[in-house]
Amino acid sequence: MIATIAFYVFSVILLASAAMVVSSRNPVHSVLFLILSFFNAAALFLIAGAEFLAMILLIVYVGAVAVLFLFVVMMLDIDFAELRGGFQRYLPVGATVGAVLFIELVLVLGGWKFAPDAATLRLSPASAQVSNTAALGRLLYTDYVFLFQTAGLLLLVAMIGAIVLTLRDRKTSRHQSIRTQTERTVAETLEMVTVSLGAGVKETGIFRPKVAEPEPVEEVHHGH
Amino acid sequence: MGTEVGLSHFLVVSAILLVLGIFGIFLNRKNVIIILMSIELILLAVNLNLVAFSAALGDLVGQVFAMFVLTVAAAEAAIGLAIVVIYFRNRGSIQVEDVNLMKG
Repeated sequence: MIATIAFYVFSVILLASAAMVVSSRNPVHSVLFLILSFFNAAALFLIAGAEFLAMILLIVYVGAVAVLFLFVVMMLDIDFAELRGGFQRYLPVGATVGAVLFIELVLVLGGWKFAPDAATLRLSPASAQVSNTAALGRLLYTDYVFLFQTAGLLLLVAMIGAIVLTLRDRKTSRHQSIRTQTERTVAETLEMVTVSLGAGVKETGIFRPKVAEPEPVEEVHHGH
Repeated sequence: MGTEVGLSHFLVVSAILLVLGIFGIFLNRKNVIIILMSIELILLAVNLNLVAFSAALGDLVGQVFAMFVLTVAAAEAAIGLAIVVIYFRNRGSIQVEDVNLMKG
């Protein structure tokens, strides 16, 4: 009963915040509503029993992806009022496509059923003894280890790609030039000069800034 | 199903979420950042579907696949936002309609 109420509450908030993501005027609000919808989707995952995925959704999506969106939205100086221009124009076609798709999905939902031997076709039936996280780990590091490695490789490629795309080589920036550093010799950097004792100080007169006197600490009377 | 939270409840929610995501792509056709967010919503709907079926069947492979979908979604968001950033740097706007340099 509680699960049912929680399901309805979380799904209503999820759908409402998803609607706000696509219809909000301010993209920053959109991102914040996206974060809210991720939170509620994580709650739905919990209700469905996928605890590990719920936590991963919170950590990866809310912690990384949504914050990345927030950074980009706030970093780019975009005139968002201009981008809202075609809102009214695209509304009918969007609504039409959405309605058609939704009707199709409802038709599918009304007509499907499990195959009679669906229970025997399961690849890895979940056991009640092992917790969700442990079972996922056992599966992921044994049967799907190559896919797991491929996913890691994909993330590596994405990371390098993002860095390569956004790294810009400014002319004014001061890079370390290792070749110039290693090619320096003592002869061209160091010069030995013989100076008579105290002559330089007298010539130039070393300016020593006056050390500021420490301000006298006023006695603070605490009221008792 | 009765009052118990069943598979069909999850399927309806994820169907509505998917439709909202696609609706968002059409609605915000000029703003590429909101389009990326709509894609995230669509992928979230897909994940919800996978998890719901996984829970209904008692089969863990659905959750493994949902994890891979999550990975791909994260990579896609990172690359997409990087492209948005360099596009904004070059053109000074992120209007999708301006993206016609490769039209030929």
